[in-house]
Amino acid sequence: MSRLREGDEIVRMITFLFAASVVLVTLLLVFELWTGSTLPRHKFGLDFFVTRVWDPIAGDFGALPFIYGTLVTAAVSLIIAVPLGIGAAIFLAELAPARVSDILEFFIDLLAAVPSVIYGLLGVFIVVPLMREYIQPGLKKSLGFLPLFQGPAYGVGFLTAGIVLAIMVIPYIISVSREVLLSVPRDQREAALALGATRWESTWKVVVPFARTGIMGSIFLALARALGETMAVTMVIGNTPTISASLFSPGYSIAAVIANEFTEATGDLYLQSLIELGLVLFLLTFILNGLARLLIVATSQRGSGMGQA
Amino acid sequence: MLTLTGICAVVAVAVLFFILGYLVYHGGTSISWNFFTKLPAPVGETGGGMANAIVGSAKLLLLAALIGVPVGFLGAIYLAEFSGTTLAFVVRYAADLLNGVPSIVIGIFAYSLAVLPFKHFSALAGGLALGLMMIPITLRSTEEFLRAVPRALREGAMALGASKARTIATVIVPAAYRGILTAVLLAFARVAGETAPLLFTAFGNRFWSPGWNQPIASLPVMIFTYAIAPYEDWHRQAWAAGLVLLGLILVINILARAILSRGIAVPRS
Repeated sequence: MSRLREGDEIVRMITFLFAASVVLVTLLLVFELWTGSTLPRHKFGLDFFVTRVWDPIAGDFGALPFIYGTLVTAAVSLIIAVPLGIGAAIFLAELAPARVSDILEFFIDLLAAVPSVIYGLLGVFIVVPLMREYIQPGLKKSLGFLPLFQGPAYGVGFLTAGIVLAIMVIPYIISVSREVLLSVPRDQREAALALGATRWESTWKVVVPFARTGIMGSIFLALARALGETMAVTMVIGNTPTISASLFSPGYSIAAVIANEFTEATGDLYLQSLIELGLVLFLLTFILNGLARLLIVATSQRGSGMGQA
Repeated sequence: MLTLTGICAVVAVAVLFFILGYLVYHGGTSISWNFFTKLPAPVGETGGGMANAIVGSAKLLLLAALIGVPVGFLGAIYLAEFSGTTLAFVVRYAADLLNGVPSIVIGIFAYSLAVLPFKHFSALAGGLALGLMMIPITLRSTEEFLRAVPRALREGAMALGASKARTIATVIVPAAYRGILTAVLLAFARVAGETAPLLFTAFGNRFWSPGWNQPIASLPVMIFTYAIAPYEDWHRQAWAAGLVLLGLILVINILARAILSRGIAVPRS
């Protein structure tokens, strides 16, 4: 660094301050969430996570219905989005001609740019009526013996939120999985084809297993998105803190309760309980994003390592 | 099986056209001159527009850009040009972490920084929330584009006796400017549609919001409030606002990609 001249030293210092501020902001975020939720952490302890009651008037706050709602909607969304997303990614990376693949990927990127409030808007006026009039009665008739599909069809609820979330996370799964699949070395495919495998066999039995960890990474990424998604879920989940086996039941999610109640939270304990919910959400997405990145990096390194060999 | 995966891809892409079609269909019939020029009508009356929300969004995005672009851009210069490995790793890690934080949590953060101490919602707090979200997106992609500038260019400038600062300002940044512009535009488009971080920072306002220190309306929050309200006329306006917002975001996205594909300095060995 002694090579740097004096003007360079100033530029270095200034840019360093800006780069360091990113780290500071992130630390400050964790700090604010932690100190902002002192009251409920001390008052409820770990009971916060297993209490079903959310009663702002009595001052009882338990996060269980929200955690339940968040996990259920995210699970529903993945059940729908994973097969569709991976199927589409396989098509884009392996089977489609490069030009078609690029054009479709362009549209997928645009889809990922659609803001969540727009999904919410379409959810409220299109998906909810559709669920109430057709899909939920249909499911009740055909699969109504399962506790999952019982109860009145309100339109809003866990299932609707899960479906809207699925539509929102599919582009992420497709984009990342496609990248991962494309990073699988060419000789893997050629070896399979040379052994007499069909195109589909080489894709399904060689390329996909090779990229398995990276695809898992894309799923974790999608899961993190689904857990933290706010607006679209708030608009279609029904906003009732219930725990019910039925997917038709209206529910609530962590992000949705923060969005709805934050501005009207009276009293420190109420507000801080909401901040603690924010902390929970932060930790969940932090862990999932970290795992996702590890998996994706692991695959692409494996790919490039073998490609050079 | 081949056809099945093809169907998956077509279904995924069809969703985009479905969304666009519906918005054009519903929004297109509700959009009018009034939408762009009038304030929201009092509750219960029909008519009115969202002029204040359009201006509000513009103000919030300006504030966001003032925070997000300098920090992202200069931070990226440090990462790409000056830093050692440890600090660069920490900064990148922090940026990725910040990028993954749900937007509603960013809202809580901005609330505790800029609303709680002053005891009122403000445009500044909203701009801060959006600006914080812009930082990691701008930083990470700008860094990548700076790194993609060929080594030979750097060395050429240095060999001619330019200082490092001069090399950055006159050679590296100009060589990467298309990429940087794309990165900034994409970050901008990403926060333009954010609603959750604005709910309890910028809050909302049915009137004009003079200055920077008062609650302010924005298009995404208006869409949310109007969509869940029980009035038919508000629903129409929500569709119109949705069309305007999505149109804006898609145009910025396409523009950003067009700028990039016109070619940036490609590394040559």
